[in-house]
Amino acid sequence: MTRRLMEGSEAIAEAAIAAGCKFFAGYPMTPFTELLEAFAAKLPTAGGVCINAESELEAIGMAWGAVATGARAATGSTGQGLALMQESFSELVRAELPLVVFNMARGQFDYFQATRGGGHGDYRFIVLAPIDVAEAIDLTRCAFELAERWRNPVLIYGDYLLAHTAEAVAVQTQSDPPRAKDWRADGTGRARGGPRHISPIGMQPGTKGIDAEVFWQRLQAKHEQIAAAEQRFETEHCDGAELVVVAFGSLARFARHAVRELRRAGVRVGFFRPVSLWPFPSDALARASAGATRVAVLEQNAGQMIDDVRLAVLGRAAVVAIGGISTDAHGFGIGRFFDPEQVRARIERALAARSAA
Amino acid sequence: MSETIRTDIPPARAAKRTGEFAPELQLSVDHDLCPGCGEPLALRLVLELIEELGCAENALGVVGIGCYTALGSSIGTDMIQALHGRAPSLATGAKRMRPETLVFTLQGDGDMVNEGLQEVIHTAARGENLTCVLLNNGVFGETGGHMTATTVLGQRTKNTLDGRDAARHGHPISLAEMLAPLGGAAYIARGSVHDAPNIVRTKNMLRRAFEAQLAGEGFSLVEILTMCPTGWFVPTAQGPGYLDAVIGAVHRIGEIKARAR
Repeated sequence: MTRRLMEGSEAIAEAAIAAGCKFFAGYPMTPFTELLEAFAAKLPTAGGVCINAESELEAIGMAWGAVATGARAATGSTGQGLALMQESFSELVRAELPLVVFNMARGQFDYFQATRGGGHGDYRFIVLAPIDVAEAIDLTRCAFELAERWRNPVLIYGDYLLAHTAEAVAVQTQSDPPRAKDWRADGTGRARGGPRHISPIGMQPGTKGIDAEVFWQRLQAKHEQIAAAEQRFETEHCDGAELVVVAFGSLARFARHAVRELRRAGVRVGFFRPVSLWPFPSDALARASAGATRVAVLEQNAGQMIDDVRLAVLGRAAVVAIGGISTDAHGFGIGRFFDPEQVRARIERALAARSAA
Repeated sequence: MSETIRTDIPPARAAKRTGEFAPELQLSVDHDLCPGCGEPLALRLVLELIEELGCAENALGVVGIGCYTALGSSIGTDMIQALHGRAPSLATGAKRMRPETLVFTLQGDGDMVNEGLQEVIHTAARGENLTCVLLNNGVFGETGGHMTATTVLGQRTKNTLDGRDAARHGHPISLAEMLAPLGGAAYIARGSVHDAPNIVRTKNMLRRAFEAQLAGEGFSLVEILTMCPTGWFVPTAQGPGYLDAVIGAVHRIGEIKARAR
């Protein structure tokens, strides 16, 4: 495979197309715009369709219709645009449709939106947060596969840095073998034994009414299976660490760098990164922090992931926030603490506080 | 269909109820909608026509949210259940992936003209090669008779108790006329199911709309006026007359845009 210098947006679009994505719809918004541009430039020549939707509401609707026919499909936006799609997100989960969604977020303010969501009812998205362009390529391919394995939407959580950082990467052109999707509603159901209805409320052809309780309980059981099977994480230097730093996405790259530097200086710190934000790798974090007295959460928001960290650590160590709100004047999420020196200083302060305690 | 009906002699066979010769695509002739509702009639026309056009094994419906949603499980073609107002976008994505499939939406006036107006306008403007079917009864029937964007002036609803007043509640939208000027719209018509001649006429409109789609001509819309005696607060038997006199006086029946034949 040849490596090329590619920005994250271009690399993600190429990875999606290589994974067999045939449909994309989106509405421009920085820093998602470049991903839409990349799909618009590349998808039609690869035999797919890219629509410049008139709103995020329409983008998610179009992607919903496309994925319901059995095609691999994706959409996305920034967190602000994804706010408009929340109603459809919850319905897509209940309709059990394998859509892939890209949040090219303005920073890390959308952790709650990504992992909790703002749609109606009990529902879950699988959420994957790449640390760099190379991992974004792998996770994009993985997202299409996971979505179809579980018939559940998957969200990739990126940001401005991921979208705009150019790295030398290779996109694997071989895609996972397509699954037989007998559930698809593409007009051919009758010829395949009977009409296929895709309903977010569990309606079935020829059957009056719905059994809502059974329908929702079955979805809950599926999400419990996903939660057990799909936890992904990265851990480094956690053995013997007094303090474990937890971070996700682009910011984790800075945290990992700082932890490596401190380790080289003989400081007993470890690094833990959830790759899947949902399901959150709680057991792995509990193991990684078992010997630590302090867990420091570096996230670029007022404190969102820290809730999941506390639920994983369950009081066995002190959980402290070393991140916070930090962004540029445009609000694109390029925070001042996206800086190795600042991140290292914050970790050192957390260590000093531990020593003083 | 063309056999002459003699009225001077007793009929040779017993009369049939319409349910006894329903199209195969209609999985149930039984429904839970109110007596006098026009929506089952409209759906039946759509399903009959899909069979007659030979598209039974290659058709996909996208159904919105309203009373007619309960009819969704009786649709014998493939079907996607959409959110309120969003069916034209779902239909767009599906049709783009399966250009050979006959794709139609089934939406009410609350769905298409209130909640999802932008969606149907852009779908028409893009010239998406699909057919939207609007079941227009001028009220939110499912909630029990509330004002929609197509409710005519003077019409009493549960939230316009003295009748819709333009000064307070604004003016009704005639969707078919609004969409017709758009370049992507190939066929636009408004029919009704309040009497037998209009049922036949409406089925012909649906035929032309589907034929436009099959010929790849672009977007088509058939708006069908349907009775809602429950939501209009009129006796069941007066539904068709009310439609003709009150609703039909504002939302005029006829072809609004068609290619020369």
